[in-house]
Amino acid sequence: MTTDKLQNRTAVPRRQFVFDAARLACGVGALGLGLGLVARHAKARPPQAIRPPGARVEPAFLAACLRCGLCVRDCPYDILSLATPEEPVANGTPYFVARQGPCEMCPDIPCVKACPSGALDPKLADINQARMGLAVLVDQENCLNFLGLRCDICYRVCPLIDKAITLEQQVNTRTGQHARFIPVVHSDACTGCGKCEKACPLPAAAIKVYPTELAKGEPGKHYRLGWIEKDRAGGSLVAPDAEHRYNLPEGMRYESGRGLSPGAASAVPPQPPAAPRALQGDRL
Amino acid sequence: MSILQRRIGADAVAAKGWLRAQRWLVLRRAVQASVLALFLAGPWFGVWIVKGNLTSSLTLGVLPLTDPYVLAQSLAAGYVPLRSAWIGAAIVLVFYVLVGGRAFCSWVCPVNPLTDAAAWLRTRLGIRGGAHVSRRTRYAVLALTFVVAAASGIVAWELVNPVSMLHRGLIFGIGAMWAILLAVVLFDLFVMRRGWCGHLCPMGAFYSLTAHFSVLRVVAARRERCNDCLDCFAVCPEPVVIRPALKGIGGAGPVIGAANCTNCGRCIDVCAPDVFEFGTRWSARASPRPQPRTAAPQE
Repeated sequence: MTTDKLQNRTAVPRRQFVFDAARLACGVGALGLGLGLVARHAKARPPQAIRPPGARVEPAFLAACLRCGLCVRDCPYDILSLATPEEPVANGTPYFVARQGPCEMCPDIPCVKACPSGALDPKLADINQARMGLAVLVDQENCLNFLGLRCDICYRVCPLIDKAITLEQQVNTRTGQHARFIPVVHSDACTGCGKCEKACPLPAAAIKVYPTELAKGEPGKHYRLGWIEKDRAGGSLVAPDAEHRYNLPEGMRYESGRGLSPGAASAVPPQPPAAPRALQGDRL
Repeated sequence: MSILQRRIGADAVAAKGWLRAQRWLVLRRAVQASVLALFLAGPWFGVWIVKGNLTSSLTLGVLPLTDPYVLAQSLAAGYVPLRSAWIGAAIVLVFYVLVGGRAFCSWVCPVNPLTDAAAWLRTRLGIRGGAHVSRRTRYAVLALTFVVAAASGIVAWELVNPVSMLHRGLIFGIGAMWAILLAVVLFDLFVMRRGWCGHLCPMGAFYSLTAHFSVLRVVAARRERCNDCLDCFAVCPEPVVIRPALKGIGGAGPVIGAANCTNCGRCIDVCAPDVFEFGTRWSARASPRPQPRTAAPQE
């Protein structure tokens, strides 16, 4: 009986211990599950939320950012804010919305200097090397330049004018006698500052800054562009560079860059074009 | 129990006067308010003494301070911060080793006045019972925050941490933060006495780890005077820390060495016979030996 009692005395605390341990594990485990879900959602950043210059690529930024707001404080234009819990951006992390206030691209980059953890990479010494995102002319139906007007505002406000945004001349096929000046963004120069998006005069911007991974495609790793390879090699890689022979309709010849023209291929020298060159897809 | 019929600390007020019976509480609230005021002076009045918030800040343009707990989470998430954050975290760690790890909780943390108010209100309204979990749960939550940080690769706890959220919210805009604070207060009020700060908060758990080495401690220096009124137990946010030092259990010295003592000093205030005082972890040598007690204290 004494041993029975002893066993009971040890059995109950042991059962209690197992119970308590299970309770703790389940309770904290449930909390962990919830926290894990919150963490997953926090990685989804809305495309309008642009990180300050030098920000590490997400989700690494979310491991590095301490949420102290020192970048917010040192931004002289006060464009940065820290996300509050109800916003769809990871709680407490800094961001700006280009349409409300773009990055002014301070040459001394005070926000990066303020960051104590390096979430904004201090190796960024030249603001023109920042890659906050990439501008994309998303709405070609409503962009005034696409309609044939000389709006050009995004091009004019671009801090890297003629590098990050160029105007490419095209034929206005609607009128047949005018040009269109198409704003083209170049990812090798665009910093994603968002000045173009802010300045777009449409009620909703036709050009927008997106996080780079959203804005950019990626060519196949095995793709080689023949003309670049040829330049690099200093000559054709598929030797010899043979003259192309065409089976053309009677009285037609092929002129490189022009397509088919009337006239015998080699006997007759190239004819001056009959129609204005612009209509033939050439540049003015 | 008699303590339920009368106000805690009434004896102390009668014996020492109102001000001396609230001295540390008043001082503590003043420090909490001053810390917050230093952070708010910039955004509110343009006086930039301290920039940032409790997770990381820059004082007078030279002194970096970083919360070592956030730094540890960042490490767990797989990121090694720059030197500035390390220096800031080292300064904060050394400071809390000197003044007692969880002194952060009672002297700096912005949630403390709220949970203190909830505990006070709970006593005044006579709300009893509720959920019971071990006070060690906070260490499991602390471990969990590191596990989730490592698994998700981001500083996950800071997405929901009420402490850093409140402080950041007060300085940078509160948003819907009030709802989370309300939840913490209601939880402490109705679900669990001292639930958040005393049982669950991993930040308190983290700072309690530094308390093992901390210099400043509450000492039951005159424990032979204890009249077993239990006011210190009733007012203490972490009541289990008092007993060994006060009663000399297992030959314990008078220094309250338990990691979860927050050095709030409330026990010093409410004690009519003035048993407690602030001292150091080495105060034991100088203090008189405890009187052997005839009757075991009730809890």
